[in-house]
Amino acid sequence: MTTAVDTKKLTMVQAVTDGMRVMMKEHENVIVLGEDVGQNGGVFRATDGLVAEFGEKRVIDTPLAESGIIGTSIGLAMNGFKPIAEMQFLGFIYPAFNQIMTHASRIRARTLGHFTVPMVIRAPFGAGVRAPEIHSDSVEALFTGMPGMKVVVPSNPYDAKGMLISAIEDPDPVLFLEPMRCYRSTKMDVPDGKYNVPLGKAARLQEGIDVSIFAYGAMIDVVTKAAKVAEEKGIKCDVIDLRTLYPLDKDMIAESVQKTGRAVIVHEAPGTGGLGETIMSLINDTSFLYMKAPVERVTGFDTPVPMFALEDHYLPSADRVVQAIEKVTQF
Amino acid sequence: MEKLFPKLQIINENGEWNDETYKSEITEELTKELYTKMLRSRLFDRKGVNLQRQGRIGTYVPFEGQEASQIGSALAMGEGDWMFPTYRDHAATMTFGHSLKTLFLYWKGRQEGCIPPEGKNIFPPAVPIASQLLHATGAAWAEKLKGTDRASIVYFGDGATSEGDFHEGLNFASVFNAPVVFFNQNNGFAISVPIEKQMKSKTIAQKAVAYEMEGVRLDGNDVFAVYFHTRTAVERARKGEGPTLIESVTWRYGAHTTADDPSKYRDQNESATRREKTDPILRLERFMKNENMWDEKWAEELQESLTAEIETAVKEMEEAPAPHYNDVFDHVFAENPWPIESQKEAYAHSRGDR
Repeated sequence: MTTAVDTKKLTMVQAVTDGMRVMMKEHENVIVLGEDVGQNGGVFRATDGLVAEFGEKRVIDTPLAESGIIGTSIGLAMNGFKPIAEMQFLGFIYPAFNQIMTHASRIRARTLGHFTVPMVIRAPFGAGVRAPEIHSDSVEALFTGMPGMKVVVPSNPYDAKGMLISAIEDPDPVLFLEPMRCYRSTKMDVPDGKYNVPLGKAARLQEGIDVSIFAYGAMIDVVTKAAKVAEEKGIKCDVIDLRTLYPLDKDMIAESVQKTGRAVIVHEAPGTGGLGETIMSLINDTSFLYMKAPVERVTGFDTPVPMFALEDHYLPSADRVVQAIEKVTQF
Repeated sequence: MEKLFPKLQIINENGEWNDETYKSEITEELTKELYTKMLRSRLFDRKGVNLQRQGRIGTYVPFEGQEASQIGSALAMGEGDWMFPTYRDHAATMTFGHSLKTLFLYWKGRQEGCIPPEGKNIFPPAVPIASQLLHATGAAWAEKLKGTDRASIVYFGDGATSEGDFHEGLNFASVFNAPVVFFNQNNGFAISVPIEKQMKSKTIAQKAVAYEMEGVRLDGNDVFAVYFHTRTAVERARKGEGPTLIESVTWRYGAHTTADDPSKYRDQNESATRREKTDPILRLERFMKNENMWDEKWAEELQESLTAEIETAVKEMEEAPAPHYNDVFDHVFAENPWPIESQKEAYAHSRGDR
């Protein structure tokens, strides 16, 4: 017997709002705080309607101070609350870096578990929406390299809601990154009420035997297009949406490359120090003798994200991904 | 500004009354309790410096000279309140509930030194500067949201007032009317930088004005002034009347840490003079003599029993079983993710442990 669950067609940003609403209804200690998250509903409307529903005590317009938002959220989190702190853009998180690096991520370890910081930091990120300078940064690797933080990136509305709920239920700090390009790019059936998409688990979007493609966030759309072009050329891609960047889904990555023997990793963050390097080392550790070609990466450059007149050059494109796919198959 | 924010004092340097408002509460019992706690922390501090010199603990951060500031303020806090210390505030944390053994363990590089006794809300020492003001504000805000009357006290130095987090902490606490006592110990130096180079402001208390907050400046070597004025601030916080910024003007006699040499940046004769003139413990002794509370035999016995207590704590610290390397791995997350688990296994394997 199957139970019919009502669904609604939602964009990713609406799914994010719905995830917060569901958890705020269920848990009184879940609160939302950030710049413009109250009356204004957030600059992307991610908190739209929450202040009307839950009141100003739980949906808090804070002073304009990122370190202040994260620092007070730490105090709230270790004293019984579950703050969902919004950074207006990931590119604005830098004033809070000290609070995240020296406190949020390591208070559990410092006190051998006596104090914990169960909080979620939400941040829109990534290029491709013609945003002003600094607003387009993809600096997820600053946080995947930060012991004590989990980092997750949904690429569609269903995952966004289910992963946000899992992040809110997680006992440790989670950085929840929301690709701006995906906010309104598509609508999808999203179940009403509560459901979980587990953290730490990737998703296979397309089954293939020739090349593994690993990507996340806004790059999923790019690699899906590239995989389609490759298919027309007779190359079958195994397309994996990583979804959680720390800890990575090692098993699915290994299983995929052991099947295909070839891998292309795509992310818009700079190549040096990027997730691609971590995935390559993981492939090296788990699947060295299965590989038929060196791993290819298609990434942003080791440059600041340019102003938007040049951002299409900076961002990995389907063409570049197709070229990488051909390179690993022709090796 | 010094006129607007006078340095409040209850007893002067000679142990004579300056303000008799709290005279009826200043009993022999309270006086002896304060004296005992100050002497205990001073003997602990000297032991800490000695243990470092002997190589029995790591770098140590001394606070000698600041006992009245730390103990008077900590004693003003109640059960269930929150304390956010820096690495120089062990006199405050031992007064609020930390064991001496735990404090020594911290300086021996043990994680256990960050853990308060059950039921005591003492955060681990903040090592970055001023970041803890926001944690204190958040914890106090949480108490307000829960509807309790609990408050936070947070310690920081004069240098911390230059950091952005100082201003963000005061502003958030002010905007959200969080029950926090911001307890500044102005000892005149941020490592080597004197306060004149830190700020042009004549006082730290005046910075409260910008946040529509009570600002109090007091003689931080007068333990009564510290205790009673902090108590007033805590009461105000409990009643929902908002946070307070207290500037407790004091002095550290010694180095910033045992790795620092203060003679490089200031004339240490100043410390010698201050020991004679303004020392917080000597001042209380003078007061007790003036008030016929002093008993030489009591003082001698006290010194002996406190020394024995400290020696016991040193022994406990040194006899604590060595920590297991699993502690490095097992408390980063509630559950170890695979990278940590595999690193732990590989490390154990490299040692031949499995």
